[in-house]
Amino acid sequence: MNRYPLWKYLLILAAVIVGLVYTLPNFYGEVPAVQVSPLRSNLKVDTALMERVDDALKKAGLVPEGLALDATSVKARFPSTEDQLKAKDAVQAALGDDYVVALNLLSRSPEWLTSIGALPMYLGLDLRGGVHFLMQVDMKSALTKRLDAYGNDIRTLLRDQRIQYSGVSRDGQSLTVRFREAALRERALARIAKDIPDLDLKTAEDAGEYRISAVLKLEAQRRIQEFALQQNINTLRNRVNELGVAEPIIQQQGADRVVVQLPGVQDTAKAKDILGRTATLEVRMVDDEKMLDLAAMQQAKAGQVPFGTELYYERNGQPVLVKRQVVLTGERINDAQPGFDGQTGEPAVHINLDGTGARIFQQYTRENVGKRMAILLFERGKGEVVTAPVIRTEIGGGRVQISGRMTTQEARDVSLLLRAGALAAPMEIVEERTVGPSLGAENIQIGFNSALYGFAAIAVFMIIYYTMVGVFSVVALAANVLFLVALLSMLQATLTLPGMAGIALTIGMAIDANVLINERIREELRNGNTPHAAIYAGYDRAWGTILDSNITTLIAGLALFAFGSGPVKGFAVVLCLGILTSIFSAVMVSRAMVNLYYGGRRKLDRISIG
Amino acid sequence: MEIFRIKKDIPFMRYARMFNVISLITFFVAVGSLATKGLNFGVDFTGGTVMEVSYPQPAQLDRIRASVATLGFTEAAVQNFGTSRDVLIRLPVKEGVTSAKLSEQVLEVLRKDEAGVEMRRVEFVGPQVGRELFESGALALLFVCLGIVAYLALRFEWKFGLAAIIANLHDVIIIVGVFSIFQWEFSLPVLAAVLAILGYSVNESVVVFDRVRECFRSRKYRHAKVPEVLDAAITQTMSRTVITHFSTQLMVLAMLLFGGETLFHFALALTIGILFGIYSSVLVASPIVMYLGVSRDDLVRPEAAQKAGEDGAVV
Repeated sequence: MNRYPLWKYLLILAAVIVGLVYTLPNFYGEVPAVQVSPLRSNLKVDTALMERVDDALKKAGLVPEGLALDATSVKARFPSTEDQLKAKDAVQAALGDDYVVALNLLSRSPEWLTSIGALPMYLGLDLRGGVHFLMQVDMKSALTKRLDAYGNDIRTLLRDQRIQYSGVSRDGQSLTVRFREAALRERALARIAKDIPDLDLKTAEDAGEYRISAVLKLEAQRRIQEFALQQNINTLRNRVNELGVAEPIIQQQGADRVVVQLPGVQDTAKAKDILGRTATLEVRMVDDEKMLDLAAMQQAKAGQVPFGTELYYERNGQPVLVKRQVVLTGERINDAQPGFDGQTGEPAVHINLDGTGARIFQQYTRENVGKRMAILLFERGKGEVVTAPVIRTEIGGGRVQISGRMTTQEARDVSLLLRAGALAAPMEIVEERTVGPSLGAENIQIGFNSALYGFAAIAVFMIIYYTMVGVFSVVALAANVLFLVALLSMLQATLTLPGMAGIALTIGMAIDANVLINERIREELRNGNTPHAAIYAGYDRAWGTILDSNITTLIAGLALFAFGSGPVKGFAVVLCLGILTSIFSAVMVSRAMVNLYYGGRRKLDRISIG
Repeated sequence: MEIFRIKKDIPFMRYARMFNVISLITFFVAVGSLATKGLNFGVDFTGGTVMEVSYPQPAQLDRIRASVATLGFTEAAVQNFGTSRDVLIRLPVKEGVTSAKLSEQVLEVLRKDEAGVEMRRVEFVGPQVGRELFESGALALLFVCLGIVAYLALRFEWKFGLAAIIANLHDVIIIVGVFSIFQWEFSLPVLAAVLAILGYSVNESVVVFDRVRECFRSRKYRHAKVPEVLDAAITQTMSRTVITHFSTQLMVLAMLLFGGETLFHFALALTIGILFGIYSSVLVASPIVMYLGVSRDDLVRPEAAQKAGEDGAVV
C-alpha cells in the first residue's frame, strides 16, 4: 500500500527538473556590461547600431566578451568593471547624446537558459544597492495652475468678444469675473459656458457688482489630475534617462504618487537633484519699459518690485523684470531640440508647441514684435530666466526658434531643460530608501548565511532525531528550497532582504509538516501497528493537520501582501509561495522517497525513524 | 533518538488556574508598559530620517552629534550600529526642515570632519507616508485576526475558534509588550514578523484542537472527563510541538546570529513569538476551551455540534 503510481514519481521528477533548470541561472553570477538604448522612440535599435557600438569599442581597443541585440537595447559584456567603465565613455563619445549608455550587470548564465525564460531572481534595491523614491504630485497646484490658465482664457475671450468686464481674479480654487452690468454678465456667461465646458459657473450680485464665480467640474479635475500624473511620469522618464540607469522603474502608485527605483545608482545627491528638480516652465513677457527705468531697477533689486512684475535673474546674473501674467506654461511645449539657425548658422533651439500653445504664441508675438519674452524655469519655488530672446516677427504654426548669443553647449542645455523640465505639477520626495552597493552585497551575504546555517542546523537535528526518515525529511526540505527559488526566479518576483528572511523562515516552518508526519508514524508504531500501516496512517492522518496549519499562515501572508509595502511585500510573496511549495514537498516528495525505500519490501520489520 | 516518551498523560489542566494567573500577570505587565511607555516606533511609522554611515576608523559619536546639531538637530539620536565604525543617525521629523535633501546636508557636514565617511543607507519617510504605513499595518493586523477567526469558526466549533484567537492575541500583546518594555525599535519588518508569528502559532492551537477532537471521538476516551481528554491531547502533541518549534527556532537563531543588525529585531520578534506560542497554545487556549464548557457532544455528533454552536452564538 505504500507505493506510488508511476505518474506520481514522474510528476515529482519533472518538478525537480524544472526546479533545477530555473534555479540554475542564480548560480552563474553576473558580468559587468554596457547597455545602449536610444533616448527617443524614433531611433531604431538594429544591427546598424550594434555595428556602431562594435566600431566604437574597436577604436578604443576594447574587446567585449559578447555583444547582444534585443528589442530595446544593445548590450556589450566585459570581463572587468575597468573595461566596462572605459567602454561606457568610448561608446557615449561615439554615439552622442541621442543614446543612453548605462552600466549594467548581466547574468552570466548561458544562452539556452535565457531563451527559455530562466532568469536569475530579481533582486530588490536593498540587495543590489540603489535608490528608491516615492514622489508625491502636488495636485492642488496642478488645479490652481489650470484655473489660472482658464482665467487668462476668459480675459482673452471677453476681450475678443468685446464684453466689458471689470476684473478676473482667482481665490483659492475658484475664479471670479466681475461686471458692471447684468446684461454684460449674461452675455459673458453664455460665452464662457460654451467655450470652456470644464467650468461650473454660478452667478452672484453684491453692491452693484455682478459676478460669475467659476470652479472646475469634478470630471475635469479628475482629468487634469490624471494628465498631470502622466505628464510627470513622462518627465521623470526623460530625467532618469539623463542619469543613464540601466533598469529604472517608474510607476504610478495610487492617485497622486510615483515610484522611482534606480538600481545601482551611487550618486544619490545627483539623482535627487535631477529628479527633485521640481521645475516648471513659464513663458512670460519682459517688462522692457520698466527695465529702462534705472531707479526702478535699483529699487527692484533692493526688494521693491514695481507693481505687476517680478524680478528674476538670468544664469549670467543679469536681472530681468518680467510681468506676472503667464503667457504659456511648459505643458504646451511638445518638443525642444538644439540645432542651428538656417540663415546665420548660429546655434539655436527649436521649440515645438501644441495647438493651443501655437495660437496663444502667435497672438502674443503679433502684439509684441520688438519686445522681449522670457522663458522661466521654476525650481523649488525659485525662478530663473533660462533665456530672454527678442521677438523679431509674428510666429505662427507653433514652430519657434530661439537663437543669438548662444553657444552650442548652451543651446543643448536649454533644449534639455525645456524638454525635460516640464512638470505639470510640482513633486516632492515623500519617501526615500537608499542602500549603498557595499551594504547591498552584505545583505545578500547575511540573508544567504542565515538561511544556510539555519538549514544545516535543522538538517543535523532531523537526521539525529529521525535517522533515515529524517534524511528523507531533509531531502524534502531541500526540494522545498529548490522549488521556492525556482518559482521566485520564474515569476521574477522582487527578492528583498526580508524576502530572504522569508525563505529562511519558510524552511523553519516547512519542517513542521515533516515533524507532524514523523511523530505520527512513531505514534502509530507505538500503538502496535505494522510499519507499513504506520507509514500509511502517519501520512494520511497528518495531512488534514498540515493543510489546516498552513492555511492560517497563508492568511497572514496574504494580509501582509495586501497591506504591506516595499520590502515587506517581498516577505509576504515568499511566505505565501513557500507555504504552497512546502505542502507539495513535505507530503509528496518525502512520501515518494519513503515509498521508494520501504514500499517495495514485502516484509518490513522496522522503520529507521529513531 | 526520542526525547518525549511520556507514559502517562501530564495533568496540565489541574494547573490551569496557575497558568492563567501567570498569563494574566504577563498580559497586564505588557499592557501596562504599552500604556505608559508606548512603543518605540521606527522611522517607517513616525516619519523622519535614518542614516547609516561608515567610518574608516572607530567613529567618535560626540563629534558626530555636535556636527549634526549644527544643522539644528539637537535631539538627533547618534549611536553605533553593529560595529564601532558604523554609526546610525536618527533624525526626527521637524516642520520645515525635514526633507529628502536633509541626508545630503548631514553627509556634507560629516564629510567636513572626516573625508572618508561613506554613506551606507538612507531611509527618509515623510510624516504623511509614515501615518499611512501605520494605518495599513493596523489594517493588516485586523485582517489577519478576522481571517483567522473566520477560518477557525469554519473549521472548528466556535469555542475552539474563540479560545485560539484569545491565546494568539495574548501572544501578540506580549511580543509587542516586550518591545515596549525594552524600547526596542518597532519597525515594518517587526510588524511582518508579528503577523507571521500570529499565523504560525495559530497552527499550534489547530494541531492541539485537532487532536482534542480525535480523542473525543475515539473509543479509548469514551468515559474520560473533559480535562482528562485535553490532558491526553496535549501530551500526545507535546513532542511534535516542541520539536517543530525547536527546528523553527534553530532557523530564527541563525538569523539572530548571522542576520546582522538589520534582521536582528525581526528575528527577536520571531523568537519571543515562538516561545510564547508554545506556552499559549498549550496552556492558554486549552483551559479557555475548558472554561467555555466544551463537551463531547460539541464534537462527536456533527448535528449536535452545529446546534450547540448556534446556541452559543446567540447567547
